[in-house]
Amino acid sequence: MAVIRDLLVQGVQMLLVLALAPLLTGVVRKVKARLNRRQGASVIQPYRDLRRLLGKEVVLAENASWLFRVAPYMIFAVTWVAASLIPTFGTGLIFSWSGDLIAITALLGSARFLLALAGLDIGTSFGGIGASREVMIASLAEPAMLMIAVTMALIAGSTQLSTIAGFMLSFGSLRVSLALALFAFIIVAVAENGRIPVDNPATHLELTMVHEAMVLEYSGRHLAMIELASALKLLLYISAIACIFLPWGLASGEAGVGAYAIGGVSYVCKLALGAVALGVFETSIAKMRVFRVPNFLGAGLMLGLLGVLLLFVSLGM
Amino acid sequence: MIVALLLCVGALFALALAAVPLAATAAGRPVVYGGALGVTTIAMLIALAAIGATPSELTLPLGLPWLGAHFRLDALAAFFLLVVNLGAAAASLYAIGYGRHEAAPHRVLPFYAAFLGAMNLVVLAADAYSFLLSWELMSLASWALVVSQHRDPDNLRAGFIYIVMASFGTLALLLGFGLLAGQAAGYDFVAMRAAHLSPGLAAMVLALVLIGAGSKAGLVPLHVWLPLAHPAAPSHVSALMSGVMTKVAVYGFIRIVFDLLGAPTWWSAVVVLVLGGVTSVLGVLYALMQHDLKRLLAYHTVENIGIIFIGLGLALAFQANGFAAGAALALTAALFHVFNHSLFKSLLFFGAGAVLTATGERDMEHLGGLIHRMPRTAFLFLVGCAAISALPPLNGFASEWLTFQAILLRPDLPQWALKIAVPADGALLALAAALAAACFVKAFGISFLGRPRSSAAAQAHEVDGYSIAAMGLFAALCLLAGILPGAVIDGLAPVVQALSGARMPVQLAVPWLSIVPSEAARSSYNGLLVFLFIAASAWLTAFAIHRLASHALRRGPAWDCGFPDPRPATQYTADSFAQPIRRVFGTVVFGAHEVVTMPPPGDMSPARIEKTLRDPVWDAFYAPIAGAVGSVTQALNYLQFLTIRRYLSLVFGALVVLLLALALWQ
Repeated sequence: MAVIRDLLVQGVQMLLVLALAPLLTGVVRKVKARLNRRQGASVIQPYRDLRRLLGKEVVLAENASWLFRVAPYMIFAVTWVAASLIPTFGTGLIFSWSGDLIAITALLGSARFLLALAGLDIGTSFGGIGASREVMIASLAEPAMLMIAVTMALIAGSTQLSTIAGFMLSFGSLRVSLALALFAFIIVAVAENGRIPVDNPATHLELTMVHEAMVLEYSGRHLAMIELASALKLLLYISAIACIFLPWGLASGEAGVGAYAIGGVSYVCKLALGAVALGVFETSIAKMRVFRVPNFLGAGLMLGLLGVLLLFVSLGM
Repeated sequence: MIVALLLCVGALFALALAAVPLAATAAGRPVVYGGALGVTTIAMLIALAAIGATPSELTLPLGLPWLGAHFRLDALAAFFLLVVNLGAAAASLYAIGYGRHEAAPHRVLPFYAAFLGAMNLVVLAADAYSFLLSWELMSLASWALVVSQHRDPDNLRAGFIYIVMASFGTLALLLGFGLLAGQAAGYDFVAMRAAHLSPGLAAMVLALVLIGAGSKAGLVPLHVWLPLAHPAAPSHVSALMSGVMTKVAVYGFIRIVFDLLGAPTWWSAVVVLVLGGVTSVLGVLYALMQHDLKRLLAYHTVENIGIIFIGLGLALAFQANGFAAGAALALTAALFHVFNHSLFKSLLFFGAGAVLTATGERDMEHLGGLIHRMPRTAFLFLVGCAAISALPPLNGFASEWLTFQAILLRPDLPQWALKIAVPADGALLALAAALAAACFVKAFGISFLGRPRSSAAAQAHEVDGYSIAAMGLFAALCLLAGILPGAVIDGLAPVVQALSGARMPVQLAVPWLSIVPSEAARSSYNGLLVFLFIAASAWLTAFAIHRLASHALRRGPAWDCGFPDPRPATQYTADSFAQPIRRVFGTVVFGAHEVVTMPPPGDMSPARIEKTLRDPVWDAFYAPIAGAVGSVTQALNYLQFLTIRRYLSLVFGALVVLLLALALWQ
């Protein structure tokens, strides 16, 4: 019985993240539009875009290989698996022990690896520029993310997100390392999702784009998969920050229906908060030059490392 | 079992002798490679069986008359024999097909078999004399293979640097063994284990071993020969040198430091941790700057050796503080990475060799689009790239995950230097892992994807079945070790138990085949479930979309923002792909510098961009030494042109000075 309930929770979680991801993107766009004094598209516009793209035929470049056609599904699947490992409304996820925060980071790394290869597959200069900048950004963002994982693991005694969230719920005191990790996490999340000031998700101006340059040759259902995967990735990062730093409301393993309902409502509130914060942040800051980005990310990496060093120095004293 | 293994070694040496007359005939290649495949497969199976068995010993009346030749097969030796012979078997299988293109088989075949035999013998040896003899034999045989294509002056230079560094390394090991043997001159390992060295002597032994084994393994700053020599050899030998011979060097380090030297001190851990961290990041940065596919792979070996040494350094740190469970975890991570690296690095070198056969090119700037012409090689090479980039669910991730768990294990080490070095190594490891992914996006993306950049690449053909089979075997093993890491960890348990006195928890007893680093830590990873999850959801999504939404497809010209250019030269190259990383990291590490020359308006000459990179290690260590040697020889040059009288007076003067010195000494 318990197994069935756990499986049910896991299944609901997987469907929930999938269903909410486009809505989150829509809300962020709406917030940005309203801050620009525009009406903006409806918050359910991303769903309409996805439906339209899924129904269209794919126009494939002449020398696209099998990798180009397989990559969208793989990228989506990998991102979805990573997202399903993050506690959103409850911590009792039956498969959460199959991957910890390090594995989630590495899974997102796999998705990026495939996307960068897909960008190089056609042999156009835009694909190349996007891929080469993406790996440059990742080469700093990924270690920063791992440093955050190390910080959390040292505080909570585990790299498992469920355990970390459970620990943070009962964790009373404040630590400097936690604040440093939060800042680093925000920097990484902004960079990994291709948000202003690192990249601009709304632009097709050639020389400023990274993510959009890699997916330039995609169309139809392939593009839909890529769009859905990047929406999922945004949701994943906001959920991870919420689960670590705002764990309130999370239902624990043996909770009843009521606790799960509270968890669900508080999760939606946290997502809305994240979306508004992201919209405000993006509107209030200008896009950086590409070679300023390493400084921004380097700061994230240094904050993460500083957090870890502080913990190593202070623990066991 | 040890007798059977020594017979295998004997068979390999016999094969080497037989290869001398056979090499000229058509039967030489299949006989030598087929024979090596058979012998090493048998040796591999024996080694696999011997990991869990009780140690066995054998003394043969060879070598020094009062010493004899001692051989010993324990768990550590058995594990490394497994790695050596697995790599050797696959390389032999690969070479049955690949060797067909060899221009001068008589320069390769005899040394190939001797090289395999010597590597086996190093691992089996249990006294300083036979160890050093086999070590030197291994160096010389591989040197002969490096210079087998001797018409290329670059290969000769690589061979020269290699032989100088190898001799220097052996000299360091010789002195190290001398110190270990001590006054009593106990040259067999049993006597060395029993002897106790003073801290000063132990420090000197550690330094000498780091130089001797580290130069063979490729630790920075002793790595300079490696990226020159490994690519110069034929590709199956490159795979052996990078995938296997560096592991024999790691074996030498583990044998001496963990087994013979006695209890470690905490500062030795600091030294190893610093060297490992620096090696891992510098190695991958060097690799990113390359556009020669084989040289890129060779530099990347340096990175992986760094990761292995990080694991070994952690094990030393935990052992020095009496924390056996932690040492067991760190050692398991290091040995797991040894196994993994031998798999994927061999696979990648096989792939590079296949590309070389098909196109005659190693330079990535002349490749591209090979995924259409060589689909099987491309797929298998991609598996290797993903594995070495530590992407789940493949094996590279499993061992790096374990290394991270070892870093997280004990933040409360009492020494301040370790408190700083351990998390710093964590950051360096994370940086190296991320840069490795960038490096292999470049290696695969530029060589196999895009459009062909030369006619050779456009007309490439898929390679023979033997080569594909060897690559397929290792790709399958990469996946297997990735989704069932628990089986490998349990297999390593006897080795780790013997070295550290503890072992990791039994992994196959964990539900659902997850792996857990220790009983206390509440972390786990399940490669099998991750793999099944990804495969199932990708397949289901594709199936559902093709069924329910649309499966229409049309081919058309590339979009490229409306301005597609049909010339392949407009693609990103290996150099331009690495340009952002070169600007971010290269300016600091390599003093990278770009000069753009734009012609003035109206001038029809082309614009030029020139980049310069300095090699910091070469500048800091080798250039001064080479300069000093040069100036001393220059200064002594006039001694070559003296008259006979002056030579005689010089000899007389030298004699008087030496006798005086002796008299004063007494």
